[in-house]
Amino acid sequence: MYFTFICFLVLQVLSIILLSNSSKSHEAFFASAANEVIGRINSRYTDFTSYFTLKEINRQLVEENNRLKNELKADFQSPDSSKKMVVDSTLKDPSHHFRKFTYLPAKVVGNTVSSQTNYIILERGAKQGVKKGMSVIGPEGIVGVVIEVFDNYSKAMSLLNRNSKVSAMLKNDNVSGSIEWDGADPSYLTLKNIPKSSKVAKGDSVVTSSYSANFPSNLLIGTIAAVGADPAANFYTLKIKTATNFFSLQYVYLVENVFYTEQTKLESTQQKFNE
Amino acid sequence: MSSLLKNIIRFILFILVQVFVLDKVPPLHQFIVPYLYFLFIIWLPFNIGRVWLMIIGFLLGITLDYFTGTPGLHAAPCVLIAFMRPFLLSLLIPQETTEQSYAEPSVKSMGGAPYSLYVVLLTFVHHFYLVLIEWLEFGNFTYFIGKVLGTTLISLLLIFITELLFFRKAKFRSNA
Repeated sequence: MYFTFICFLVLQVLSIILLSNSSKSHEAFFASAANEVIGRINSRYTDFTSYFTLKEINRQLVEENNRLKNELKADFQSPDSSKKMVVDSTLKDPSHHFRKFTYLPAKVVGNTVSSQTNYIILERGAKQGVKKGMSVIGPEGIVGVVIEVFDNYSKAMSLLNRNSKVSAMLKNDNVSGSIEWDGADPSYLTLKNIPKSSKVAKGDSVVTSSYSANFPSNLLIGTIAAVGADPAANFYTLKIKTATNFFSLQYVYLVENVFYTEQTKLESTQQKFNE
Repeated sequence: MSSLLKNIIRFILFILVQVFVLDKVPPLHQFIVPYLYFLFIIWLPFNIGRVWLMIIGFLLGITLDYFTGTPGLHAAPCVLIAFMRPFLLSLLIPQETTEQSYAEPSVKSMGGAPYSLYVVLLTFVHHFYLVLIEWLEFGNFTYFIGKVLGTTLISLLLIFITELLFFRKAKFRSNA
């Protein structure tokens, strides 16, 4: 008689433990194997549905190409043409430019928008060079951060997740705040901690800040759709229209910060020191 | 078709419909999330043992959870309704006659009113527990009440449509 109830309790406790651990550790073998299978099923499905959004994907790519082509060096004339251009023949760049971010393309095989904690499954994993903490950006704007890596698939926390928090700033006056999601509408995010002294206007661009360890700076997150004025607070709560269309995600770029571990390590030690 | 094979096919279909159709629908509102997959547990045959019922419920929930990336979130409510199902059934129907002559719960085997009550109660309990877990994570009381009511109503509508579309023949269990 009590056996049934004990079974019930065991399964309940197991579910709750799984749920509470899901955001912390993912070392369990079962999770990894299950996610490989789910990834394979998801990629079959997207192979089929990808045809329906080809037009939209093409439009996004053309726009992105156009934006990048406008930044080509060949488009700009040297201001003083009487001077002779000299090609620097030293092997090492004397101004010590070094690479901070590397890019990898990835296909989105799983994506939800209807839950409170939305995740994106990408068809590229540890074997293809994905690491935890890499940022995910789309052709139109940023998408999320990689939180879990399996052999051939990886899981990213979408911006549309109640636990997601991304450092952002206003493009006009470089004031930084943080981007969160309130769980209500998948096409709007919330920007918090912008002081009232800064000038905000509807339609202003919000970009990633230079403080972020995951994201390269100055990538578009969205535009201000509404300015929330709470007279009691010193900060604005801004409603941001997302630049990325989360309903039709298909191809994204994974961006690796080469100094990610170094930067996050420094940030965490500083926190410990303050305590 | 054997009952086992039929239920395995049902399991796969319910998961696929939930993951690739209902979860892909652009959300109308924060409170309205269409859930249908747990109808699998409601439709399971009478003659499954209580422990097996809960294990099947757990498997259903955890399968959906791996698709949505939230292991445990749907498994817990599924186990709960699988645990409650036998108690509810024994309250609602004359045990000896129905369970011996019919294979699984349906309007035909239980009668319209008891079956509706059975479905409404399990649906409500499932959503109540599911949203309760979410609420403990994010905390907002209007969100909790609104989402329980919203999701319950939309689920009941979906179940009603499913019952009309897929009319299950009330199969008599042969004694031979």
